[in-house]
Amino acid sequence: MTVLHLSEARTGEDVLIALSDVSKSYRRGAQIVPVLSRLTFDIRRKEFLALMGPSGSGKSTMLNLIAGIDSPDHGSIKVGGEDITLLPEAELADWRAANVGFIFQFYNLMPVLTALENVELPLTLTDLGRRERRDRAQFALGLVGLSDRVKHLPSELSGGQQQRVAIARAIVTDPTLLVADEPTGDLDRQSAKEVLEIMQRLNRDMGKTIVMVTHDHRAAAHAKRIMSLEKGDLSYLVEQRLE
Amino acid sequence: MSQWLTLVARNILRHRLRTSLTLVGLIVAILAFGVLQTVVKTWYAGVDGAVPSRLLTRNAVSFTLPLPKSYQKRISAVEGVRRVTHLSWFGGVYKDSKNFFPQFAIDAASYLDMFPEILVPDDVRRAFLHERRGAIVGRKLARRYGFKPGDVIQLRGTIFPGNWEFLICGVFDGRDPKTDTSQLFFRWDYLNETLRVRSKAQADQVGVFAVDVAGLDSVADVSQAIDQVFRNSLAETLTETERAFQIGFVKQTEAILISIRVVSFVVIFIILAVMANTMAMTARERLREYATLKAIGFSPGYVARLILGESILIASIGGAIGIGLTPPVAAHLAELSATLFPTLIVSANTVMLQALAAVVVGILAAVLPMRRAARVNIVDGLRALG
Repeated sequence: MTVLHLSEARTGEDVLIALSDVSKSYRRGAQIVPVLSRLTFDIRRKEFLALMGPSGSGKSTMLNLIAGIDSPDHGSIKVGGEDITLLPEAELADWRAANVGFIFQFYNLMPVLTALENVELPLTLTDLGRRERRDRAQFALGLVGLSDRVKHLPSELSGGQQQRVAIARAIVTDPTLLVADEPTGDLDRQSAKEVLEIMQRLNRDMGKTIVMVTHDHRAAAHAKRIMSLEKGDLSYLVEQRLE
Repeated sequence: MSQWLTLVARNILRHRLRTSLTLVGLIVAILAFGVLQTVVKTWYAGVDGAVPSRLLTRNAVSFTLPLPKSYQKRISAVEGVRRVTHLSWFGGVYKDSKNFFPQFAIDAASYLDMFPEILVPDDVRRAFLHERRGAIVGRKLARRYGFKPGDVIQLRGTIFPGNWEFLICGVFDGRDPKTDTSQLFFRWDYLNETLRVRSKAQADQVGVFAVDVAGLDSVADVSQAIDQVFRNSLAETLTETERAFQIGFVKQTEAILISIRVVSFVVIFIILAVMANTMAMTARERLREYATLKAIGFSPGYVARLILGESILIASIGGAIGIGLTPPVAAHLAELSATLFPTLIVSANTVMLQALAAVVVGILAAVLPMRRAARVNIVDGLRALG
């Protein structure tokens, strides 16, 4: 394991995500709380990056910014060369639908839809026909090992299985980028291991760029790189490259 | 079925108790609205069923005061008048004062000719014209009190003193459902001959003359001409169309009708508040789902349509059941109300109003939750408790 400083991370390699001078603060009552301050760094294509740091360090905020569900106060975020901070809301929604797959801590599946219908959901935003949507959703569920659970409702699945359905939903549109916010935070060790192995496989075999926020060092160890946002010094980012 | 419709349909089953209670409220509200509207409409049924070529001539002071029977010939002589008959409110009590039903003394032959909406079988008509104490009863009245041909019934007079016996000659039906079949008709000559003995001052008088006018164009002229004949007499007349007469009658109870109408709309407003509360709770509970949908690319409009669809679906189901229950409930109410409401028929207009009310409730109840869900900040929504 080597430790790199931020400046070293910006290389000529194939950059997918480039954050430049990004700041973000939140208003808490009359008080403005800075979370990220003038942050600049890149994430390379086909990267599996774990973002670590203590609570309140801004890692989830950074993930939200990268995923285009939050906007910075200052700076630019380029994904695949496109500055997503300049996109209006409707275009940003389309961009997310096409380019980002989300994996949440609590799975966030639609409880009234079956596993197959949940996975199919993002495809309804595409021009695909019903049969093709079904086929793709079934294929995605097969990739996460849930071909035999297609007709189950989320309430009929274990936590690990639900998270695998969520992963299938995240990859069904074949996005470039997967963002995962504490994907194993609600899982037992065995389920967490299975989920992380699936994510590793998606990164290794399918070339998905994955940005994962986690508190868990065991989970982070599955990533290719770990970045730590240090609380109290938001301008300083530590990068650990796993060999 | 589209994914949107699947979500909408399944979402309404998520809180079955809540949805069921909301549905019950909607059903009761739409049903109450329909029944109350029907009651109001029924009150105006006489107005709607009025024949335009028929005039009613009454005492100008009040329709409770009689007119001399001798006026009939003079009215018949007015140009444009084709036929004249008369009817007199009897106001008798059958066994007990709570047994109210309308009773009229009529000139049998001319009245039945001029009011073809009263369907009397030929044999019944012959018997009625033959029997001086004869009476005919409407189908509903016969059913209510079990009257059948050959029965002799007694009414205690309130306007005309004494006990009065009538022989039931038969039962009449209405030409259309709006025709009042809760009435009893008996012969005026029986009334008059008895009054000549019992109460001479009340004899040879009638309540109202019904006038059949030859042409619709001359109705106004004939009306004026009749009243002109009796101007400056002891009993001046007021002649008006049957419709105007009925409106005047209904106007006496207008305050009650307005109250019923207001209550019917208040019921809808209350269910709107209940429904809006249900939808607000629903939207609040699902903020994280809506945020998730928005995160994965669905538009705020899609999220709003989920709530709108759910609200309209619930309102439509409740509305449909409420509408479906209205006719049997109205019919049952008509039976219970004895002769107060001869018929309670739910009109197509009332059904449309009920459907409209249900849809409007569905839409309005969803407005604020839709707005909230569509505007939910994704990051805040994802943090919301599910």
